[in-house]
Amino acid sequence: MVKVYVPIDSTALSLGAERTAKKIVQEAQTRGVNITLVRNGSRGLFWLEPLVEVETAQGRVAFGPVQPSDVLSLFEAGFTEALSDSAKAHPLYLGLTDDLAWLKKQQRLTFARVGITDPLSLEEYVAHDGYKGLKNALAMSGADIVKAVTDSGLRGRGGAAFPTGIKWNTVLNAPAEQKYVVCNADEGDSGTYSDRMIVEDDPFVLIEGMTIAGIAVGATQGYIYLRSEYPHALKTLNEAIRKANLAGYLGENIQGSGRTFYLEVRRAAGAYVCGEETSLLESLEGKRGLVRFKPPLPAIEGLFGKPTIVNNVISLATVPIILDKGAQYYADYGMGRSRGTLPIQLAGNLKQTGLVELAFGATLRELLYDFGGGSASGRPIRAVQVGGPLGAYLPESQFDTPLDYEEFSKIWAVLGHGGIVAFDESVDMAKMARYAFEFCAVESCGKCTPCRIGSTRGVEVMDKIVLGKNHPQNVQLLRDLSDTMLNGSLCALGGMTPYPVLSALNHFPEDFGLSNKEAAA
Amino acid sequence: MVGCEVGLDNTLSNEQHAQIQAHIQAHQHVPGGLMPLLHAIQDDIGYVPEVVYPEIAKALALSVAEVHGVVTFYHHFRTHPIGKHVLQICRAESCQSMGSEKLEAELKAKLGVDYHQTTADGSVTLLPVYCLGNCGCSPAVMLDDEVYGRMNTEKVTELIAEVCHG
Repeated sequence: MVKVYVPIDSTALSLGAERTAKKIVQEAQTRGVNITLVRNGSRGLFWLEPLVEVETAQGRVAFGPVQPSDVLSLFEAGFTEALSDSAKAHPLYLGLTDDLAWLKKQQRLTFARVGITDPLSLEEYVAHDGYKGLKNALAMSGADIVKAVTDSGLRGRGGAAFPTGIKWNTVLNAPAEQKYVVCNADEGDSGTYSDRMIVEDDPFVLIEGMTIAGIAVGATQGYIYLRSEYPHALKTLNEAIRKANLAGYLGENIQGSGRTFYLEVRRAAGAYVCGEETSLLESLEGKRGLVRFKPPLPAIEGLFGKPTIVNNVISLATVPIILDKGAQYYADYGMGRSRGTLPIQLAGNLKQTGLVELAFGATLRELLYDFGGGSASGRPIRAVQVGGPLGAYLPESQFDTPLDYEEFSKIWAVLGHGGIVAFDESVDMAKMARYAFEFCAVESCGKCTPCRIGSTRGVEVMDKIVLGKNHPQNVQLLRDLSDTMLNGSLCALGGMTPYPVLSALNHFPEDFGLSNKEAAA
Repeated sequence: MVGCEVGLDNTLSNEQHAQIQAHIQAHQHVPGGLMPLLHAIQDDIGYVPEVVYPEIAKALALSVAEVHGVVTFYHHFRTHPIGKHVLQICRAESCQSMGSEKLEAELKAKLGVDYHQTTADGSVTLLPVYCLGNCGCSPAVMLDDEVYGRMNTEKVTELIAEVCHG
């Protein structure tokens, strides 16, 4: 009985993994080959998906990309005996998965199990170091758990990069009979999918992280606010929660500790602004997702007015390894004040896209060329947007910037949630600037004027600039408007839309009908 | 012909009304229960009928205006029946970098509809979406609950034919 792995991750499915899996089972039956099909998560090498793996005495051997039409020839080559010469001679043979350069060069901490295990097997989760962090946490005081998270240097991976431990400490010290842990899984940034991968490919690590958070600060109820655009993730997460409840990892008296933590998934409904934490809380309360004024901070008055931890999926999914291996182990990765690792998502016009988890400090160039292999189209990469639709566009001259929160801040850019979208030379940056305003207009919650009105005025000004109408005046107007949005908006949606707009204008003035000299003025 | 036959009827059957009432009962004491309730209704009926706003409002101790406000705030909720299948084309940056604008123009022409419209035969409603989390395989579309990557017009047309006739 040989184990054959075909991923069940959405991206693998979007490339035909379901049909490939069915064809493999069918062909094995026809030929009388004894296999066990395992539906694992994705290893994150998307240009090779559907990536099929076969278990051998030396480790797992990969083949990819495997379309249903390749299955016949794989069986003819005897691929289920993946170490055989005939299997190695198959054109889709890639060698031992662990030896693939893409994976070898990474430091996978948060994504340690992703792609390796069956996402819904609690046994496999535990066998691969799962629930070790919770075990340690159950023997610690809340203050010590919070201290470990603080000492690890973990900062909010949703994009704001606020120190997670400080947030937890505020909730810990806020007296209340009811507190909440809320996971922000409303991953709306273009170019990002790491939250989705965690939820679909290793859901128990998120459940464990939230349970630890609840135990640390004395919260007994958790909510995961999940995008409605992720139906597979929803199914996986609900099933994982059901299994965790059954096995005593959620609910009352967790693992005999006397501690309680209930967890529930709530579906979002397609509003990008609900990724902003206060808007998310309004939505969880069953209201329009209008951004709240701060203060009060959600850590003091959050969900239903109670002290609430609101963290991104990746932040919470990183907590178990910190509690398992210790704060120092995690803090030893990274550079400067950016400690640990960042799950980077390569997207857009790149030859090799996928998930790359690395310690902070790698340069954009390494990611775009060493990992990404350059553009998919074969034309030069002209611009890169890092950090989602509110992130700056960077020109080639900035590709040597190390991935580090402070280094990015120095060049007026953001790392955000770690998404990197590459554009080749065919991109029109004035059009991208216009799109940034258009997106902001579609998604604005409408509470503050700079965002609600400014975004629409921005689209209009961009249209005039593209047509060359009153050119110098309209460029000045664009800068004034951006300044108003930057300084006058209530949240990052309006407040950061100027990042893509002004970075496009400053780095690519020729697309706005300006010379470099005019742009500088 | 790209689509398949189906009518768009917005009168609620007794059975649908009973389903909605059951959902209202199940959610009226859930903290923040309006969003899950609206999802449950739309999952079953295909949309959130405006005629049931007063019932929802009464059960959840809200005003009709508040219910209306929530339904209309979120892109996901709709107040009218739609086509038998929903095709969402990703309009976000990553997909743009891989030619999604051409894809959306071609599909609009092929289906004979713009965004938020349904084909004449009622088979497909076309919606824009801002990111499907499949940015490693742009351009991406979602047909009903399945996401598809590295799409072009021919591939999407085949997918539509499959769900309609397959």
